[in-house]
Amino acid sequence: MAAVFREEAGRLTAALVRSLGDFDLAEECVQDALVAALEHWPRTGIPESPGAWLMTAARRRGIDRLRRETRYQEKLAMLEQPEQRSAPAPDERLLLIFTCCHPALAREAQIALTLRSVAGLTTAEIARAFLLPEATVAQRLVRAKRKIVDARIPFRVPEPSERAERLDEVLAVLYLMFNEGYLSTGRRGASDRDLASEAEWLTSLVTELLPDEPEALGLQALMRFHLARSAARFDREGGIVLLKDQERWKWDRDRIDDARRIVSRFVSLGRPGPYQLQALIAMAHAEAPSWEETRWPEILRAYDALLGFADTPVVRLNRAIAERHVAGAGAALAALAPLADALDGYHLYHATRAELLRDLDRPGEAREADRRALALTENPAERALLERRLAS
Amino acid sequence: MPKYVLMFVGDDDEWAAQPADRRQKSYAEIGAWWDDLSKKGVIKGGHELTHQRTATTVRRVNGQMKVTDGPFVESKESVGGFALIEVADLDAALAVAKSWPGGDVEVRPIVEH
Repeated sequence: MAAVFREEAGRLTAALVRSLGDFDLAEECVQDALVAALEHWPRTGIPESPGAWLMTAARRRGIDRLRRETRYQEKLAMLEQPEQRSAPAPDERLLLIFTCCHPALAREAQIALTLRSVAGLTTAEIARAFLLPEATVAQRLVRAKRKIVDARIPFRVPEPSERAERLDEVLAVLYLMFNEGYLSTGRRGASDRDLASEAEWLTSLVTELLPDEPEALGLQALMRFHLARSAARFDREGGIVLLKDQERWKWDRDRIDDARRIVSRFVSLGRPGPYQLQALIAMAHAEAPSWEETRWPEILRAYDALLGFADTPVVRLNRAIAERHVAGAGAALAALAPLADALDGYHLYHATRAELLRDLDRPGEAREADRRALALTENPAERALLERRLAS
Repeated sequence: MPKYVLMFVGDDDEWAAQPADRRQKSYAEIGAWWDDLSKKGVIKGGHELTHQRTATTVRRVNGQMKVTDGPFVESKESVGGFALIEVADLDAALAVAKSWPGGDVEVRPIVEH
């Protein structure tokens, strides 16, 4: 049933937003329909066409609600028109995604709204995923929806001239959502609807609807490679296992193969970009039989190309880790030096320095760097790892 | 069609301090932009405002209206002009704002009564 809801919620919301022009009302009707399904389906079984069942229920709820309004006649007429589905309509969820990720909305509102409207999560589920009070998330959603209405953020796929820029915005939202879920697994434990899989599902929806966008495919492949390693990322006590120490037989080979197929799709499109390069790096790791046998020179080249798109201190930090395996720890440490100011508050900068210093047999400085890293992170799994290192 | 107010934000002192020929060039660009959009029926009205040092604020203090010298909020950057536009939606309004030949622009929908 969860799978049906996820598939249908965004579709229903999109169709109702378009016919009603009212985001709030559309969402309420969809939620009501889902609640009705939760009551009925366990008794009657999932209907043959769950989407149509839900649409009818949502429309009925919409009509009930509109009857109470004074200005309801015209809206009512729109709802009562039977859905015309002669030709397969373009999936309206795409419009919904672009509206939810409109650059005129704050990033946190974009994320919450996408989860709520497109993926059909409840406000409570979003709040749990972000460890926020439910009232905060509810407030965020209300404000965002009010802005969509008051400022008239349009409900349509952007013009070709702005498509690239707007798609970047959508991908940035999905990438952040994914990272929030992926990096915090240790913090929240298993959850029925975790953000990383929601983000992966939403990204696959985007690539299904826009199949020729290489960066969207790049992001999808990147997420799949990461998720393929899920089972190996934590030990039995919930402690982090670093990539180099992971038991690679635990990796999900089917998922890796799947991600590789996505890689061939974007490669054949011949328009490289930062998500695709990160996917290539993740693929090199996924294909390596061991940390030592990783194709480091290839990874280093991918990082160099990535710097051409986004020359940020964090990319340079990651490049230095690859450089350590190509040119040695001394060269990598030298590459870190110019990043000292920019990354002084970033725990992974200090943790990386610590590893390089240990490689260079400078244990005193290494411990100092590990201590800096420990002071800068609150993630319990990461703290446990650093504490283990400091104790040894 | 919905209406929006574009508020053009900038540094009054910087604007005043620039050499005359540069200011003239800016005025020419802005003038052309304004004329074009007015002819197309996008711009419905608007004005350039004088330097914020000419502002006077009237405040209600304990039920009394008190007149003070200066803008409502003192800051280096302030609204130096505005345009009322009528377009299809926010995307169209943002496209107009992006084409403004000056500096920053705040886009605000107006309330229809």
